Amino acid sequence: MTSASAAPRLTARGLAAGYPGRRVIENLDLEFAPGRMTMIIGANACGKSTLLSVLARVNQPLGGAVELDGVDIQTIPRRRFAQSVGLLPQHPTAPDGLTVAELVARGRHPHRSVFQRWSADDTARVEAAMAKTGVTPLADRAVGDLSGGQRQRVWIAMALAQEPRVLLLDEPTTFLDLSHQIEVLDLLRTLNRTDGTTIVVVLHELNLAARYADDLVVMCDGRVVAHGAPSDVLTPDVVSSAFDLEALVIPDPLTTTPLVIPVPGGTHVPADQS
Amino acid sequence: MTALVDTETVSPVAAVRARVRRRRAIVVGTALLLVVVLAVAALSIGDYPMAPADVWTTLWGGGDRVQSYVIFQVRAPRLAMALLVGAALGLAGALLQTLLGNPLASPDLLGISGGAGAAAVFGILTLGLSGPVLALFAFVGGLAVAAFLLLAGRHRADGGYRLILAGVGVAFLTVAIANFLMVRAKVELAQAALIWLTGSLSSTPWWNVATVAVVVALAIPAVVACAHWLPITQMGAQTAASLGVRASTVRVVVVVTAVLLTAVTCAFVGPIGFVALCAPAIARPLLGHGAIGIGTSAAVGAALLVAADLVAQFALPGVSVPVGVVTGAIGAVFLLWLLATSKGRNL
Repeated sequence: MTSASAAPRLTARGLAAGYPGRRVIENLDLEFAPGRMTMIIGANACGKSTLLSVLARVNQPLGGAVELDGVDIQTIPRRRFAQSVGLLPQHPTAPDGLTVAELVARGRHPHRSVFQRWSADDTARVEAAMAKTGVTPLADRAVGDLSGGQRQRVWIAMALAQEPRVLLLDEPTTFLDLSHQIEVLDLLRTLNRTDGTTIVVVLHELNLAARYADDLVVMCDGRVVAHGAPSDVLTPDVVSSAFDLEALVIPDPLTTTPLVIPVPGGTHVPADQS
Repeated sequence: MTALVDTETVSPVAAVRARVRRRRAIVVGTALLLVVVLAVAALSIGDYPMAPADVWTTLWGGGDRVQSYVIFQVRAPRLAMALLVGAALGLAGALLQTLLGNPLASPDLLGISGGAGAAAVFGILTLGLSGPVLALFAFVGGLAVAAFLLLAGRHRADGGYRLILAGVGVAFLTVAIANFLMVRAKVELAQAALIWLTGSLSSTPWWNVATVAVVVALAIPAVVACAHWLPITQMGAQTAASLGVRASTVRVVVVVTAVLLTAVTCAFVGPIGFVALCAPAIARPLLGHGAIGIGTSAAVGAALLVAADLVAQFALPGVSVPVGVVTGAIGAVFLLWLLATSKGRNL
């Protein structure tokens, strides 16, 4: 439906980000190739979420710039930016009693002004987003009554109704059991492959990231430690320096993507010895 | 056969939206009907009772001199003021409660009414102000409290209960200031200020009604814009940002609008308590579906205040109390119920 236009290129140049008085990210350069699925991994507090919030224009950079097809995103009108880049934050909140259909419909917001009435076209696009995520049968259920996995699919449906060409997701599988984690990641991959939407996901689970990512970005202390194909990037050295964890990396017997196996016994190797 | 085809072709999204719209139409329609019934009662009941039919003919210019005087100079302006003030307070309450995601947020509990009240008492007692200048004074007082609260809660992601507690503190402070001014004032002036501070609709001139109407009309575009944004900011600042809505801008517009609506009512009829708290809390569950019910709160607020004014005038035989006493009494019970049940927890 939306595969007509190619996804724009999202680039961070010399980016600094964080909070007043505390820079989490300093001088970061990163390019997200259009139409690919990128996973960002890294230890807690390494700046993954901070990076995502600046890429999505939720927070302003403290230095440098984020560019969309070469244009500084701070200069793009908010609504127009929201038509091409969407973010699913870690903890979105749904008002009590709001139905699934209405929540997904709110994703149409960037495409409507105060005076525009809801159109049949809007309805069609909301339905398409719900069909893609398989939440159509839940249309009249309250969002609060759904299970964790269902709720996450509903939020993804809302982000899809927005029809972004670049979709950023902050830990979309947290609090989900393994089968629902797989379900969400399968869904994201399908969206990426069928619509050509650029997808950037912050993920905690290394092995799933390695399995689903076209490109893997490893972050540590606000810097990009490694960036590239999972099999090139995810080495014992990188795992050791980014996660302070001794690990064995073997090919996944199913997909041949790297599989990280922590060395048991809690032997921690300090980062500076690696 | 056709029924089967219909259920297959009707889209689930359109069906849900239609159901929400239908329910809103029923709720708003019922509220407006209630307003009409209460308005007829307000125009008919009084020391000079009139049949609804006489009220009708008088409204169209067919009444005698006494009837015309009673309707046009006494009851109609009072009714119009009650409708306007009730609607304005309902709007202000719905805006603030949705913004802060807290059913306890209202101009009175946040100290905004108190700030407007203290500024107005100062205006009445020391500067001898009245009318639009007094309204402006009350607006500045309310805005000062709102600005203080916003600055205090600036670095917090959710401005929920901490902000309410700060507001309750500010409300006490404003009461102390008003009381201090009253104690030092001349008895007659203090008496006038006291009646005003309780909130009263008696002896409303048309000129006041017109001023309030103009201010409320000016606020309508801002209210419409807020109603467009609030469902989005309700989902969190990050989600809002990703949908192209800047939460900090919405916050300022909502607060200034709510302060304006509260202050103008404060300046002309005094701080009427609890209507802003109750109206949205009644409107929302009636609408269901997580609706924020800004327009419905206006209708419910108007009905509430007209009803409260009827009670204030006629519930106790021979005694007419200021309407603020009645809304305060109803509201206190309502607030206790809100706190005792789960309804008070979040939106």
